[in-house]
Formats: sequence, structure tokens, C-alpha cells
Amino acid sequence: MKEIFYCSIKELRKLLESKKITPTELIEIFKNRIENLDSKIKSFVRTNFERAFKEAQTKKEGKLAYIPFAVKDNICIKGEEITCCSKILKGFISPYDATVIERLKNEGAIIIGITNMDEFAFGSSTENSCYFPTHNPFDLERVPGGSSGGSAASVSAGFVPFALGSDTGGSIRQPASFCGVIGFKPTYGRVSRYGLIAFGSSLDQIGPITRTVQDCALILSIISGKDSKDSTSVEIEVPDFEEGLEKEIKGLKIGLPKEYFVAGIQEEVKEKVLEGVKILEKLGVSVKEISLPHTKYAIPAYYIVAPSEASSNLSRFDGVQYGLRKESADLAEMYEVTRADGFGLEAKRRILLGTFCLSSGFYEAYYLKGLKTRTLIKRDFESAFKEVSLIVTPTSPTPAFKIGEKIKDPLSMYLSDVFTVPVNLAGLPAISVPCGLSKENLPIGMQIIGPAFREDLILRLAFWFERETEFYKIRPRI
Amino acid sequence: MIDFEPVIGLEIHVQLKTKTKIFCSCLNEFTLEPNKNICPVCLGLPGVLPVLNKKAFRLALKAALALNCKINKNIVFDRKNYFYPDLPKNYQISEYFSPLGENGYLEIILKEDQIKKIRIKRIHLEEDAGKLIHTEKFSLIDYNRAGAPLIEIVTEPDIFSPDEAFKFLQQLKLLLQYLEVSDCDMEKGFLRCDANISVRKKGEAKLGVKTEIKNMNSFKAVKSALEYEFKRQVELLKENKEIIQETRLWDEAKQKTFSMRKKEEAHDYRYFPEPDLPVFTPQDEEIESIKSEIKELPLQKLLRFKSTFNLTLGEAEFLIQDREMAEFFEETAKNTSFVKDLYNLLKGPISEYLNQNKISFKQVKISSSNILKIIELKNKGKLNNIQVKEVLFGVLKENKSPEEIMREKGIEQISDESKLLQIVEDVMKRNLQACIDYKKGKKSAIMFLVGQVMKETRGKANPNLVREILERRLKNED
Amino acid sequence: MIENIEYIAKLAKIKLSPDLVKILSQDLKRILEYIAILNELDTTQIPPTTHAIENKNVFRDDKSASSLDREEILKIAPNRKDNFFKVPKIIE
Repeated sequence: MKEIFYCSIKELRKLLESKKITPTELIEIFKNRIENLDSKIKSFVRTNFERAFKEAQTKKEGKLAYIPFAVKDNICIKGEEITCCSKILKGFISPYDATVIERLKNEGAIIIGITNMDEFAFGSSTENSCYFPTHNPFDLERVPGGSSGGSAASVSAGFVPFALGSDTGGSIRQPASFCGVIGFKPTYGRVSRYGLIAFGSSLDQIGPITRTVQDCALILSIISGKDSKDSTSVEIEVPDFEEGLEKEIKGLKIGLPKEYFVAGIQEEVKEKVLEGVKILEKLGVSVKEISLPHTKYAIPAYYIVAPSEASSNLSRFDGVQYGLRKESADLAEMYEVTRADGFGLEAKRRILLGTFCLSSGFYEAYYLKGLKTRTLIKRDFESAFKEVSLIVTPTSPTPAFKIGEKIKDPLSMYLSDVFTVPVNLAGLPAISVPCGLSKENLPIGMQIIGPAFREDLILRLAFWFERETEFYKIRPRI
Repeated sequence: MIDFEPVIGLEIHVQLKTKTKIFCSCLNEFTLEPNKNICPVCLGLPGVLPVLNKKAFRLALKAALALNCKINKNIVFDRKNYFYPDLPKNYQISEYFSPLGENGYLEIILKEDQIKKIRIKRIHLEEDAGKLIHTEKFSLIDYNRAGAPLIEIVTEPDIFSPDEAFKFLQQLKLLLQYLEVSDCDMEKGFLRCDANISVRKKGEAKLGVKTEIKNMNSFKAVKSALEYEFKRQVELLKENKEIIQETRLWDEAKQKTFSMRKKEEAHDYRYFPEPDLPVFTPQDEEIESIKSEIKELPLQKLLRFKSTFNLTLGEAEFLIQDREMAEFFEETAKNTSFVKDLYNLLKGPISEYLNQNKISFKQVKISSSNILKIIELKNKGKLNNIQVKEVLFGVLKENKSPEEIMREKGIEQISDESKLLQIVEDVMKRNLQACIDYKKGKKSAIMFLVGQVMKETRGKANPNLVREILERRLKNED
Repeated sequence: MIENIEYIAKLAKIKLSPDLVKILSQDLKRILEYIAILNELDTTQIPPTTHAIENKNVFRDDKSASSLDREEILKIAPNRKDNFFKVPKIIE
């Protein structure tokens, strides 16, 4: 009998509907597990069990009735303190719900806590949190990945059946791959960004982190769809993502971009991903080598465009209306000291980098150049998708690295995003699914990238792969 | 001064007449209650996103079309980044690279036959900032106005005198009111104007150093400020002193401009395209539909009135100030030859009535036939000027016919000579000194006597007839 | 290259200690050196992509909706006076 805390959403719904367990009991189980084990992992920054129990006692209807979940600390929840794990937002109580939160609440889901992240999503390891780093459930000395490290760890450790994360350059997929769970970044515009505290406005998306593909499909169906409050959300039909999972994959053409299997990638990662590809071939999928020639320009372009947008998005954190304020004799002083005190080192780095790239005299050489490079990267994918239906790559060049290993060298941290960043620049959907363990028992993730708005195709391939391999059954030994 | 001429350009901000703000659903209304019309979006809270008000967009297009601008096929919003406490996000959503409209013009009438084209460089949409109240030690912020929809209209430096600037502003205001784009009430801050002025020797083509002038709260202030600044710059040039390119503030109390004294660091606004808003591509059908909404413009109406009804510039200018009044005038003037009488009634007693009751022409009910009747009665000698006003006020207030009013109030001009003769005799007897004075040559004494007769008859006597009778009697007495 | 990180910090309204000036100057220098790889690309004929997924003409109707109760936001304000937000004086 599987432990309840590792049940899928579907399984939990069955237990609740058949009254084998009450909502309060369910919350109690997760509460106990969290209280017992999260001191080691530190995936949550705030929990609200009191509120969760209250919710559990109200009448709930919907596909997620009484299902608890965790939310990354950059998605607004009405009445809750939301800080992006930054000192500068301490004390900000959001007066509104993000659209995705509204939609999940409407289906009856219950928020159990708020998870750790890199400050303002700047990072790939969750070490940049103003609170503390999160520890990978598979190896407590290692990072869970970032910036949605808390969310990924909480799902991996069985603290919640699903969590929300956000992805700007890989922040859902990479931590999912480090923690052995599933992480999905939707097509840009598929899911509303209203209520997501912005980092890179043209790159950000909210997405689910789950243990099974079916759960992922379910959450995606619920949170997707046009939102009148988000001008960048696209008016396009949301299919029932669960329905299409078992459709045929025989004959599907997948591409392996040669630029993603070169030096810099750890041998084991390459091995496991290619083994995964072999399994897909066995299932009837055809594989061919493709080229995404501008891959090596993606990180430089990303590290211009994203920080530029971020530098502007973070200007509003100034101590005037909410959050941290360092009282001063005059306003200019107040701005400068508040922001100096409130922002961590990486945040400062990115804001200054972004400010520089937008500044007079450098705008063309940097920001505009970044946007033009983006066009080339987008075109690479468009050409590739003329030959293949999906693209398969490793999610990350390495499995989880040790806490403290890369934090002193920002550039090496940035380079670990090499496989995920191009996807955000092109606005495409992508998933990371577990595809095995390294010799050190660290999860390795396989990324499947699809054309715009073809989440269904990605989920279908992932579903078949999951059924065939059962990597999702691998649990961390906490 | 004779050798020099000013070269002036104006930058006008106009608040659009929409129900709600530009990017959110808060009311766009003038209110004295602080922070009443606010929401997460216009406060710039973390996670919010802008959505463009369709009406604001249409009104901006309407203004641009009426100003003969070329409408951009791809209208893009940009962020203008700077820190100030009335700017919630510390960036303003505006249009920089691809404004809504460019290269237009407004024709203004300066003298009886002098029409001048003032070129409009650009017109664009942007959001307004909040309001600040400054004290010595601190400032208070009210965000009611934050997010109000504005259009910014920038002229080329085609204005060559402060008076021209004044006339331009008056005529621009009237145009925008005709279009129902804005109420343009400067007192409520719906129209704000900054000016740029430089000075050069007459006949020279090259422009001098320009200064920017702010803080002018009325059209009259704009004119006075420009007059002052022109003089100031000419003085400096005559003394071979340098004119510093700077921003100066107008001091209404002292009637001078003064330097802002702060270190003029050129603002680096780091403009970049707003990622949260899509591109706007007005289609031809939409443009045509908006164009068809534009009825006769003030200048066209003015010129037409002048020629059709043989009016002076001043008379036509008066009539077109209020579009409803102009239409009433035109409607009524068609049916009479007493056009000047009609004009005088509108300019005189009717305007007085409107001012007294603080209403506009739209708010009174008066029919063409009623006003023509009054004119007829006056010309037939049945009403003198004072009685005309009394009857008119009655008609306007109670919406009755002139005859009814006359009957109710017992108004009728006494034009019966026999009746008047007796009264004249009485007045002459009681004012012998005045009679003597008149006979001695003091012609003005007769006006006194007329006045006495008017008093006796409680204003009902026909004053011209009274005067005639008096003149005869006084002459006869000789 | 960033000659003057202090100027950038002023634009971004972040006060930097002398230590941070040193550290961040070096960091940014390294990052920009890495980014310079983009100069290999000839992008003169390439249009910039602001929006990865194109959307056009998204509007909302000019209809009002209820506003926020100002107390909800003023109550978490760092400093307020009655119904205003309060900030220290602005030196022009």
C-alpha cells in the first residue's frame, strides 16, 4: 500500500470520494510529514495549517476538492505574506489572488504553504533566498535546483501532491529534474501571469510540479486559459490535457539537437537521456538528429533580456507603499538605502546588469542585440519543428550540484541553464521528466520541447515514457 | 526687442474623457477624497498587469485624426523608467519609439483673415501619475490620478509669439471639446501645458538655445510666462550672456520664471518596448469609423459662420465656443434676417443667464421660435432692452412662451405717446434743474431725465420714445 | 563595458558600499565579456523579437469595477498620514 503522501491527485480524490479518508485527516497527514521532515529539507518558508484545516472543513467541489498544494513565494495569494524570498518584500500582504490561485481555489484545492525560491527567481539553486537554502531530498548536501527549488523539493519529498512554480529560464524544469519530479513550463501566454511577481515579463510562465504526468495534465488544464487581466495571455482553446494522454505515439518524429549533446554535459546525463530516447524508439517513435545552430548564443541573449526586464520590474520595490523601508531624511536616500538593504547580492547584480543594458548608449548594442538574437533562436526552433514534432534534450548538463559549489561564481551558475533558456526565449512549452538516477543516486531529467501550444503532444510522449519506465516511482530516502 | 523673435513649442497633456482609467477598471474621475479610486493595477502592486482601455484608444485616435496626423500601423507602448513617488511602478507606460500619431497639424485663426498652420510633431497615449502634496518635512501621495488616460500632444516650434501660443491653446481646447475627447478643464488638471522657448534674430533660420517652462496653470499664465521668458532671454543676448538650456518654473505670484536650481542631470529613461502589452494595429475600417464620428470642427464652423452670416471674427469666435449654442444659432438664424439681434441676445442676456446659474447652453430649453418671437416683439417696440432680458430669463427658467411670461409678469413696453407724455411732464416738473442744464447745453442731462421716466414706469417705457418726447418738449419750451 | 558602476547604481537607486562596487564591477565585467560572444552574430537584417508569442489588439471595455478598499493597502504601508502614503521630503 503506497503511502498516502506519495499518492497522485487522482488517487487522493478517489480516497476522499470513497470516504476512506476525510479532508481533515488528509491535511493532518501532510502536516505531520512536513513537521517531521521539512526541518531537513527546508522547502517551505511559510505554512498555514490553521487556514488549511479551516478550508478542509468547508464544503468543497471540483476536480481538486480538498487536495493540498504548495505555492512558490512569488505568486500572490490574498491575505498571505508574499515576499519572493526577499527582504525587501517582508510584510507585503497581498490584497488579491493571482488568477491561477483563483482557478485552483475554484476547483477546491487547499493551499498548505508557501515554498522557498531564489530571491525574485534570480538563480538556479534556491541558494539566493533571503531565508535559507533548500536541500535536495535525494541528497541533503545538494541543491534542489532553482529558482522553484522549494516547490520541487516539496513534491519530491511527499509534502504535497503538487506545487506551483514559475519558469523564466528553466526555473521549473531544472529543479524538477534535480529532484526527480515532473515540471512543466507552458507556452508563453498559455497560463495567466496576473499575480505572478514579474522577473522577465516576456519570458515568465507559471507551471505545475507533480509526480505523475496525469497530475501535471490535470493541473495544466485547470490553470490554462485566456485571462482578461493579462494582455499577454492568448485566446486559444484549452484542450482537456488528460484526455489526449493515451493517444498513439507511433510514428511521432522526435529530434535530438546535436548542440545539446556536446562537451560540458556530464557523461551520465547524456547516457541516461539517450537510454530514454532508445525506450521511446522502442515505443515506435522515430528519432533524428537536428540542429539548433544558435544555441550557444541563448545564454548571452537571455542574460541581457531577462535582467533588463527585471531591472525595470523591480523598480517598484522602493519602500513607498509596502515592504521594507529604511526611513531617511530625504526621499532619494530612502530609495537607495532601502534597496541596498532589501536586495540580495544576485538581485543587485541583475538589476545593475539590466540597467546597464537599457541605458543610453548601450541599448542598441545590448538590449536590442539580445532581442535580435532571440529572433534567430526562435527561427531555429521553427525550422526544426518543420522536420520533427518534438525535441528531446537533457534538462540540465549535470545532476544536482553541492550547496555552495557554484554560488561564488555567477557565470558558472548561469551556464547551467544552457538547455532550458532557449525554450523561454522562443516562448515554447517544455516538460522535464525523470529518466533515471546517476551513480550517486541523483535524479536526471529529460526535457521534451514542443511547438507553441502543443502541450498535449508533450504530455502524450511523457505519459507513454512514464508508463514504460516507472521512474516516477523512485523516492528520495529522507 | 524689435530685432528678436521668440520660437515656441508646446507640450500639452490632456486627460481623456473615459469612464475608467487607461489600464484598469478604476473610475477616472476628479475627486477630493484621497486614494479612493485605486486598485492593485494602478497602484503598481507586485504581480499586476496593464490592459488597455478601448475607449481611451479610440479617443486618442480621434484626436490624432482630427489633428491630421499619420496613424502608425504598429502602435507600441514603451516603458519610461524613472523614480518618483507619484509613479507607482517607478516607470510610466508611454509611447516613445512608435507613437500613435505623427506629423499632423492644427490650423488656428489669428486675425480676421490670418490662418496659420501649427505642425503637430506627435501625439501619443500614456498613463498619468498620482498627486503629491509637499510639506517641509515630508510629502503625501494620493494615487487617484495614477493611471488616468492621457494623450500627449507635442507641437513643432512653429509658434512665434506668446499671443499665438495663447490662441493655439484656446483653439486646441475647443477642438478637443468638440470631439468629446476631453473636458480640458485646466482647473481640474485635465489639460496641462509645458512650453519650450528660444530666441533668435528676426530673419535667422537657426534656432537659439531653448529653455523649458513648467508650472503654468492657465492659458493666461502660459502667455505671461512666455512673455517674461522672451524678455529675459533677449536681455541676456543683448548683454552677450549665455542662455543656459534648462527647465524653469513659472511663479504665478511673482510673475517670473526661475531656474529649478537642481543639478540638471539628463534623465536616462531607458526606454524599451512594454513586454506586458501587445502591439496595436488599427485597421482601416476602424480608422474610417472613427473619422466618420468627427463632425464639423471649430475652425470650419467659424469660417462658415463668418461668411454665411456675415459675422466678425470676434462674433463667430464667441458663437462657436459652445457647440450646442452654435448649432442653435445656426438653426435659428436660418429663419430670420435679424441675425445680429439673435447674436446680441446670445452674447448678452442668455450668456448672463448661463453664467449666473453656472450651466451650459445644453442645459437650457429654448426654442428657435421663442427667441425669434422675443426679437420680433423688441423690434415692434413692445419690449425694451430691460424687458427683453426679463422675458428671456423667464422663458429660459420656466420654459414658457414669451407671451405667457409677458402676461404673467405684466410686462409690456409703453409706447403709447399719450401715456408717456403725462409722465414726462411730471418728471420734467420735478427735475427743473436737469431741464435747465440741458437747455444750457449739458446734453447728458437728458439721460438723467430718461432714467427718471424709466424709474417712474418701472422700466416699461420705451426709452427711445421717451427721449424723443423729452427732446421735443425741452426744445418747445425754449 | 561598465566604466562607471556607480552611475548605473545611481540610475537603479541602489546605494553601493565600496566593497560592493569592487565585487559587482568585477562580476559585471566578467559577465559582459561573456556576453560579447553575441558580436559574432551579424544581426543587422534581423528584426528584434519583443514578444515570443505574438498577440495583437488586446483591449478592455470602458466599464468600471469596484476599487480596492484603501485601508487594505494603507494598513501595510510603512508610513502613512490619514488616507495618504507618506514619504520623506523630496530634495529638488
